[in-house]
Amino acid sequence: MASLIGFYSLVFGLFFSFLIILFSIKNLRNTNVFNNNLISLTFLQFLFVIISFFGLVISFINSDFSNATVFNHSHTTIPLFYKISGTWGNHEGSLLLWLVVLTLFIFLFLLKSKNQTKQYRILTLLFQQIIIIGFFIFIIKTSNPFDYIFPVPNEGLGLNPILQDPALAIHPPILYLGYVGSSIIFSSTLAATSTNYISKEWAKHIKQWILISWIFLTLGILLGSIWAYYELGWGGFWFWDPVENVSLMPWLALTTLFHCILVLEKRLALTSWIVILSISTFTLSMSGTFLVRSGILNSVHTFANDPDRGLFILIFLFCLIFLSLFVFLFFFKAKNENTYNFFWLSKETSILINNWFMMYFLTVVLVGTVYPIFLEVITSEKISVGPPFYNKLIIPFLVPFLFAMAIGPKLKWIKSDLKNKFNLLFFLIISFFISALIVKKFNVNFLVNTILMTSVFYLFFSTLRDFFISKLKNLAQNVAHFGFSLLILSILLNNIFSSEIIANLKVGDTYETEKFKISFENIKQKKEQNFEVIIGKFNIEFLNGDVETLRPELRIYNQPNIVTSEADIKTNLLKDSFITMNLVQNQNYFNIRYQIKPFMIWIWLSVLLISFGGLKSLFKKKYEN
Amino acid sequence: MKTKLIPSALIIIFCIIFLIFYKGLQNSNIYIPKNNIEIDVPTFNATLFDTDKEILSEEIFKNNKFYFMNIWSSWCIPCREEHQFLMNLGSQENIEIIGLNYKDKNQNAKKFLKEFNNPFKLIISDIDGTIAIEWGAIGVPESFLIYNKKIIKKIVGPLDENSLLEIKKIIQ
Repeated sequence: MASLIGFYSLVFGLFFSFLIILFSIKNLRNTNVFNNNLISLTFLQFLFVIISFFGLVISFINSDFSNATVFNHSHTTIPLFYKISGTWGNHEGSLLLWLVVLTLFIFLFLLKSKNQTKQYRILTLLFQQIIIIGFFIFIIKTSNPFDYIFPVPNEGLGLNPILQDPALAIHPPILYLGYVGSSIIFSSTLAATSTNYISKEWAKHIKQWILISWIFLTLGILLGSIWAYYELGWGGFWFWDPVENVSLMPWLALTTLFHCILVLEKRLALTSWIVILSISTFTLSMSGTFLVRSGILNSVHTFANDPDRGLFILIFLFCLIFLSLFVFLFFFKAKNENTYNFFWLSKETSILINNWFMMYFLTVVLVGTVYPIFLEVITSEKISVGPPFYNKLIIPFLVPFLFAMAIGPKLKWIKSDLKNKFNLLFFLIISFFISALIVKKFNVNFLVNTILMTSVFYLFFSTLRDFFISKLKNLAQNVAHFGFSLLILSILLNNIFSSEIIANLKVGDTYETEKFKISFENIKQKKEQNFEVIIGKFNIEFLNGDVETLRPELRIYNQPNIVTSEADIKTNLLKDSFITMNLVQNQNYFNIRYQIKPFMIWIWLSVLLISFGGLKSLFKKKYEN
Repeated sequence: MKTKLIPSALIIIFCIIFLIFYKGLQNSNIYIPKNNIEIDVPTFNATLFDTDKEILSEEIFKNNKFYFMNIWSSWCIPCREEHQFLMNLGSQENIEIIGLNYKDKNQNAKKFLKEFNNPFKLIISDIDGTIAIEWGAIGVPESFLIYNKKIIKKIVGPLDENSLLEIKKIIQ
């Protein structure tokens, strides 16, 4: 029943798209005022999509296995929470979530843009409806979440156990808010371009939308990363997996776009940058969807491979690309701007430098992600691109980037000169000495690490100093930049000082190293709702007398029959102790992996700081204007 | 001249990218972990589908010949699609097809076989799904090619023309 209602509301939603387009075109031609009925229509469309979505959620809650999606991704024994989160843990349901966010955002946009011109609002609505229609047809035609199975199976196939996790339950919705939020930026940029409305006022208005999607995208990536850290049992947080890359690319584009918008707001420059970046942010999100859902790439996020789906998104994606190219090439008129008359030492120049670096990073990630596909098609040779590629290409460029980031924000608009030369130099020397000391003490590759660390510390100290000097002025920017320096610093220290041992141990065994002693005390078995669990108890004694007890788990899920290993992690401000155990087939010992990962918590905290900077900036406008 | 050059170049570039992605889509990327190859057939006892008699796994796979074990169910939609390939394989001389009827109702399963014909030499019932777990099956349908009491190939999902050809090549 719920499925039936769900399906029909979906069809109604599509019908509303056509209605909205009809009314918009009428409104565009006839009158000078915005027809407020359009807002109601958009709301109704959103309502129908939400009903459809809840139809699916209810089918999941009731374990209604006559619905193919529920049958494939749920089971009666799964806890309620994961039954619900299972709704968007699969291809069909997650696309429905896309649609929810798409329609929600355009509705909010119309509500929030009352002061804008009629032409611009209607065109934004039209462009957004094109995207919405594309997704409606995609869902109904190739991935209908309400497919019916007959005869009705008794039991579902179960939800993949690694998806049964709280972080992963909220990761997709938050990430989608970021991904799909960029659709509004895309539509409104196209609308602004075709009505020649790219101006300082427009920048003020679109800035908040950019910030909203940026904040959600940042948090979404963070959640995914935290999940990978404790669930996949490798002890890393970023693997340069294609799916991670496709979320990073829109983030890079969006970050750059945000900096450009600041220039537009102040100086009416960089307009072509903004148009191109807005278009590419959304097309990169879409390409991400294409790469993940078509099965063209192999990664941890494999969805059902169906070439029809891939083909549909591919065609749709290129329609959007050509549409935006058309708008850009034929309607875009560069304002008689002074882009290349920037004074070399000014805020605009430093933002331009930032842009070029970001574009470089983006290109590296893009090439690393799609190059294997190109190579396979052209030469049918299979390769996979891993971390060394990204490290080699990105790290050297991080150094000048960090220096620019330390100095750039201190410059003034239009023309500036370096004040406090003494301070700048002083910080440089201090950073250098600190880094040299750290690197020397721990005996790692001296030159590379010292230079890199110097640049990080430099940014770290100069943003830290700004907190004291400028107090609340520019707080948002300071927090975000400080967070970024903290992020790079923690990643760097984490990389240098991580240590790991892998050993095969029986119950009662101990393993000794110079710094600590691991003893395998015992194992216990327990039965949970939909899995059995084996809990190991490990004592770790450090030289200084500290004792830590860690209890990693092995979970044996019954539906589907999969064993997952749950890491046990002890976190404190300085380091994480991370232990996993794995079954070794036909043997009576376990494979134990113990890692000490310094400053892990700071990686998460610094990303939170970065997004907090964005949030602060979003609310700053209110009292400044 | 120059104004037309950039748009056409862009369009051509994007067309090429489109073509490459389009070609890439057609390369199959289905990835099956290799760790189940060449392992021993699990031991279990089961009830026969027709007579409700108990049978040991050793008895089922006792001969040194090819066996093809297929996990199926009447409620499983892809099983219907793959049934024609099973029939085809059943007509081969040097292979015996064993069915594992997974979490099914006996009546429904019999109706299914009546409607689509029966390719199986022998069918065992797995009402609570425990035998499928022994085999490490991920879902229905799933098939295993067995030779000399070892699993030499595992096929996740329904059979198709390619996998059928491959199996025929192996057993010849």
